[in-house]
Amino acid sequence: MKFLDILGSASSNMLRSKVRTILTITAIFIGAFTITLTVGISSGVSSYIDKQLGNIGAENVLLIRPKVDLDTGSGPKKYDPEHTVNSAAQARSGNVTLTSKDIEKIKTQDGIKDVQPIIAAVPDYIQNGSGDKYQISTQSFIDGSRFDLASGKLPDNSAIQPEVLLPVSFVSPLGFSSNESAVGQTVTFAIKTSLGKQEMVSAKISGVQQQSLLSDAGGASANKKLISELTAIQTRGLPADTANKYPAASAQLASGISDSQLQMIKDGLKSKGYQALTVADQIGIIKQVIDAITYVLIFFGAIALLAASFGIINTLYMSVQERTKEIGLMKAMGMSRSKVFLLFSVEAILLGFWGSGIGALAAIGAGQLVNKIASAGFLKDLPGFSLTEFPILSIASIMLLIMTIAFLAGTLPARRAAKQDPIDALRYE
Amino acid sequence: MAKAIIGTEHLNKTYGKKDSLFIALKDINLDIKQGESIAIIGKSGSGKSTLMHLLALLDSPTSGEITVNGESSSRLSRRQKDKLRNKQFGFVFQQFFLNANNSVLDNVILPLKIAGKSRRERNRLGMKALEDVELADKANNKANDLSGGQKQRVVIARALINDPNIIFADEPTGNLDSVTGQKIEEMLFSLNKTKNITLIIVTHDADLAARCDRQIRIKDGQIEQETK
Ligand SMILES: Nc1ncnc2c1ncn2[C@@H]1O[C@H](COP(=O)(O)OP(=O)(O)OP(=O)(O)O)[C@@H](O)[C@H]1O
Ligand SMILES: [Mg+2]
Repeated sequence: MKFLDILGSASSNMLRSKVRTILTITAIFIGAFTITLTVGISSGVSSYIDKQLGNIGAENVLLIRPKVDLDTGSGPKKYDPEHTVNSAAQARSGNVTLTSKDIEKIKTQDGIKDVQPIIAAVPDYIQNGSGDKYQISTQSFIDGSRFDLASGKLPDNSAIQPEVLLPVSFVSPLGFSSNESAVGQTVTFAIKTSLGKQEMVSAKISGVQQQSLLSDAGGASANKKLISELTAIQTRGLPADTANKYPAASAQLASGISDSQLQMIKDGLKSKGYQALTVADQIGIIKQVIDAITYVLIFFGAIALLAASFGIINTLYMSVQERTKEIGLMKAMGMSRSKVFLLFSVEAILLGFWGSGIGALAAIGAGQLVNKIASAGFLKDLPGFSLTEFPILSIASIMLLIMTIAFLAGTLPARRAAKQDPIDALRYE
Repeated sequence: MAKAIIGTEHLNKTYGKKDSLFIALKDINLDIKQGESIAIIGKSGSGKSTLMHLLALLDSPTSGEITVNGESSSRLSRRQKDKLRNKQFGFVFQQFFLNANNSVLDNVILPLKIAGKSRRERNRLGMKALEDVELADKANNKANDLSGGQKQRVVIARALINDPNIIFADEPTGNLDSVTGQKIEEMLFSLNKTKNITLIIVTHDADLAARCDRQIRIKDGQIEQETK
């Protein structure tokens, strides 16, 4: 018997008892749908995260903050004039900062090439010409860090003009018709001195930046000139030691650092009283949560598939039973055992194919719908992020896996059919 | 003289073991020549069907030899036996064994499908075989919708389609009224005459048996009498 004929016969056998077939396919469908959608979400999220990691320059940058010791069990801490972190009080106020001294101390750590404080300034608003005013926060742009650019260039720290990298969400509120048309334009920041006097600083928009998982919502990156002008105004009138405080520092690592060296650097900084995170660490927490959800859902999908396998076994056993005579007749007419086995195996594989195929298609459809809803809703500020992604290779491997499971489940009844004695069938009334 | 197409030597078939041992066939010696028509007759339970299944290589003997085309069946592999049945044997059964939901044509071409013939070839030969049994107009009907006599003609068309050397028929007229039975009988014997097909027919029908070249009467698993 030719393979195409076997395929045809298996298909028509499958359609013979439609209800049973549909129920079996439904069971497979549920498993396939769950697994495909889960894999789709997890691959959408990981590919976004990978993109982010790639954009920010991955392992070469450490974000350093003072270590917050929330351990209150060991009683009051001794005052240490060198270490300005009064952990309990500052943690409560959320105002744990680094000083220039800290920056020098971090620089002594082996393996760190350069440390730059991340300077933050909080202008009152940003304004384009005489348009609407919007709240914004600014941070110093650190050389070497990369952003997902929607248009234009990164701010230039050596420029003598103030420059700013604008988050994409500000483009249309500020009255620009497109990302491209915003680049090169001048915007105005208003910022208050410590005495409450408002002053203006103008800056050129060097580029427009996509929102990302790590960027503060509403945060713009300023070049050296802009941030120093802003902080100069903001700290005017304050004592020097209050002025030079930074929320965090960004450390550039020596190139070619291995994982164990990286760990050593982190441990070294930890013993000095700082918490150091790579971009991967910062994202890692999000990834862990996603992974945990993925595993749970895949586990449920696997259980559904296990149940579906029993459905396949049952369906095919019934089919073999019902077709005793037919099998006997075909064997009497010279159909070989292996072809009979193949006939039933192909039927099992077809059940797997339809169940997984429809399941995968439905999952892709659902994924598209989720994407649409999510990107209009809670993912609005993360352009370039599709929640679900269905690489053809993953879909194909899921389908292949399910068809293999179906085949394996089908071997039991298929063997029974193959071994059936034609005489028994011919005597069977 | 035509050479023997199928024969047996000291053929025995037993079922069960020890206490429940049942001797179904005992020391059967037969020689059937190409183009002969043989009737196997005897009481119910005497072993006729058992003998026919052995001759058709559907079953293996407990001891003794079956030779097909001069070759011992014990030396044939399962695959060779499958091929032999597919290419050289045709089967007609009392209970028809048609796939009720398939079309008449699909039923007729089943042996060719198993043989791996192309669809075009299958359909061409299938229509020809259906014309031979005067059922070409029913080709696309469901097999289930035919009358008993029509069904048996479909079965004959199916048995003919691979152009066999031997047709095995177990009670081919058993389920039919005498007029229809007569028609099937004519068909089988005309094949025997025109195509020199060997007929091995198990039957209770005395008329049908009488038309055969030889009658082999089985009693309690043994050949009681051979008449010509
Ligand atoms: N698988 C088996 N196990 C045990 N006994 C069997 C088996 N198959 C057949 N027999 C017995 O062998 C004997 C011969 O059976 P067989 O079917 O050949 O009879 P038959 O002559 O064709 O009868 P009928 O005219 O009723 O069809 C019967 O007694 C039957 O019970
Ligand atoms: Mg019988």
